[in-house]
Amino acid sequence: MTDIQAGKEAAAPAASDISPVPAIELDGVVKEYHAHGEVVQAVKGVSLSIAEGEFFSMLGPSGCGKTTTMRMIAGFEDPSRGTVRLHGQDVTNVPPNRRDVNMVFQSYALFPHMNVWENVAFGLRRKRVPEAEIKRRVGEMLEIVDLTGRENRRPRQMSGGQQQRVALARALVNNPRALLLDEPLGALDLKLRQAMQMELKRIQREVGITFVYVTHDQNEALTMSDRIAVMNDGLVEQLAGPREIYERPATTFVAGFIGTSNLLSGTAAQVSGGTAVIRVGDGERVLVPVGDRTREGGQVEVTVRPEKIRISHEQPDADVSAVRGVVSEVVYLGTYNSYAVNLASGAEFTVFEQNARDSSITAERGESVWLSWQPQHSYAIGSRTTS
Amino acid sequence: MRQKIAPYLLILPGGLWLLCFLVVPLVFMASVSTQEGDVVNGFVQTFHLANFGNALGEYKTQFLRSAGYGLAGTALTILLAYPVAYWIAFKAGARKSTYLLLVLLPFFVSFVLRTVSWKFLLADDGILLQPLKDVGLLPADFHVLQTTVAVIGGLTYNYLPFMVLPIYVALERVDPRVVEAAQDLYATRRDSFLRIVLPLSLPGVFAGVLMTFVPMTADYVNASILGGPANTMIGNIIQTEYLVNNDYPAGAALSFILMAAMLIGIFAYAKALGTENVLEAAAR
Repeated sequence: MTDIQAGKEAAAPAASDISPVPAIELDGVVKEYHAHGEVVQAVKGVSLSIAEGEFFSMLGPSGCGKTTTMRMIAGFEDPSRGTVRLHGQDVTNVPPNRRDVNMVFQSYALFPHMNVWENVAFGLRRKRVPEAEIKRRVGEMLEIVDLTGRENRRPRQMSGGQQQRVALARALVNNPRALLLDEPLGALDLKLRQAMQMELKRIQREVGITFVYVTHDQNEALTMSDRIAVMNDGLVEQLAGPREIYERPATTFVAGFIGTSNLLSGTAAQVSGGTAVIRVGDGERVLVPVGDRTREGGQVEVTVRPEKIRISHEQPDADVSAVRGVVSEVVYLGTYNSYAVNLASGAEFTVFEQNARDSSITAERGESVWLSWQPQHSYAIGSRTTS
Repeated sequence: MRQKIAPYLLILPGGLWLLCFLVVPLVFMASVSTQEGDVVNGFVQTFHLANFGNALGEYKTQFLRSAGYGLAGTALTILLAYPVAYWIAFKAGARKSTYLLLVLLPFFVSFVLRTVSWKFLLADDGILLQPLKDVGLLPADFHVLQTTVAVIGGLTYNYLPFMVLPIYVALERVDPRVVEAAQDLYATRRDSFLRIVLPLSLPGVFAGVLMTFVPMTADYVNASILGGPANTMIGNIIQTEYLVNNDYPAGAALSFILMAAMLIGIFAYAKALGTENVLEAAAR
C-alpha cells in the first residue's frame, strides 16, 4: 500500500465523523453590475449555509436579489466578491454545466423542439449515462411526476401544470445534490399552485434532495420551507424557520412583508425584568418583552399579529396590553372578521376575529373599542427579544 | 351582410393587381410557349409541345449550371450569414439595430450598380489584383473575372442579406433561458449550440434558403457582368431568346421549365427537411 492510498483511507472516515458538510454555502457573496457608468449592487453581501436535505426558501419582493443569489449558486452569474461552496468544494469559478445542482426555471425553459422524454433524458445523455439506465430512470421519474403515457408530447401541447412537472422531472432525474427552483409555481393559477406546493413537498421527502426555493409569495415560503431567508435590497433581513419568522420578525421589513402586522411606536417609560412598559395614552398601556439593550426613554417599535388581538367594549384586565381606537371598517371574510381600527395615537391596526362560535360582529363601524393582547404575543423590533 | 363582404374588399386591390400582372401574363406566356412562327410573320398557336423538349435538350448545360451556381451560392451564404446573424443576435447588445442597418445598407444602391462595382474590384489590373501582382504574389496573367468563382462570388454577395435576416430573426427568438437550461443540464457550449440553438434556428435557415436559392438560380445579371461565355446561366439564355433572338416560344418554354423545376425542388426540400418540424419550431 502506498502512502497516498493510506492517507486517503485515513481521511475518509474522519470526514463523516464531524458534523455534516452543508450542501450549499455562500460566504460574503456580492454581485455588482455596471450600468451607464454606475455600479449597481444587486446582492450586497450574503452569507448563509444550507443543510443537506433541507427545504430552504429565499423570500423577498422583486429586485431584492433572491434570483441573482440563486443564479450564482447555479453558476449563471459570477459573484463580484465572495465564495460559493457546494458540499465544501469551492465552485465560485466553475461553469454551470460542471456543477452538480439543477434548476427549475420560472418559465420552465423546456426545449420546445423535443418531446417530454427527450427533455427529461437530456441531462443524463450529456453525462453519457448508459442508454438502458436512462430508459429506466426517465421512466421512473415520469411516474413520480405522474406523466407516464405522455412521453411523446411536445411542451407546447401540454398545460402549464404539466409543463411544470416536466421541468421538475428534467432536473430531478439527474439526482442532483441540490435542486434550485426559481418561482416555479408563479405561472400557475391558485388551485393548481396549492396542489403543486403539496406535490413539491411530497417529492422532496421522497427523493431527499436539498431544495432551494425562490419566491415572492410569503404563504408559499411559510407552508413549504424548513428555513427561510427573507431578503430585501440585496441583503438577508432574517434567516429562521417559518414559525419564528412569522411570530418574531427581526426587522420592520420582515414584519411588514410577512403576513399582516400591526406596528406601534412609543417611548419605553419603564424597563424591568425584560419587559418594557410603553405609555401610549390615558388608561392605555403596552407591555412588551425587550432585550438588554433597551433603556428607559428609548424609542421602541412594537409589532403584534392581527389574530392575537382581542376586540372588546369593556376595559380589559390590567396585566395585558391595551389600547383604544375607533372601528373604521369591518369586513366579513367567512372564517373570520377583519376590523380596521384607528388608534388614538394615530396608528391603524388590523384585527382578525375568528368566527368560531357565532358569526356575529363584536363592534360596528364608528364604535369606540378596546384592543388587548398578551404581552408575549408582541415583539419589540430592532432589539431582538428572547422569551 | 357587410361583415361578410369586408374581408373580400380588403383583398380586392391586391388580388386585382396579381390577376392583371401575374396570372394574365402567365397564362399568356403558357400560350406562347406552345406557339410556332417568327417575329416578322407572327406566332401561331399550334400546341407545339416540342418547344419544351427542344429547349431542355439544347440548354441542359445551362440549366444544370444554374442549379449548381444556385446551390453553391446558397451554401456559401449560409456559411457567411450564420455567424454574422449569430453575432448580431447574441453579442451585439444595444447596437443590434445599427448592425442590421449595415446589413441592409447595400440595398440603397441598385443591384446592377453593385454588381458593376464588383467588376471594378475584381478587374485584372484593379485595386485588388494589381498590387498582389506587383509584389509577385500572383502571376501576371491571373484573373478572376469571367470565371465561375466571380459569378458565384457575385451571387453570394448580392443575396447575403436575404440569408442574414431570417436567420437573425430565428436566433433572436431563441429563449436565452432555454440555452441556460441546457448548460444547467451538463451541456458544453458546443452541445448547447448543436442541440438547442442550431435546431431552433433552422426555420430561419429554411426561409433563407428559399429567399436566396430561387433568385440566385434564375439570376442573369451576375453571369452577364462578372462571368464569361463559359458561365452563361439559364436566365441569360431566356433573356437572349426574348430580347435578341425574338424567339418568344423558346423563351416562354424555358421559363416554364425553370419554374416547374424550382417548384418541384422546393417541395422536395420542404419534405426532406420535415415541414412539420420546421413549422412547429417556427410557430413557437
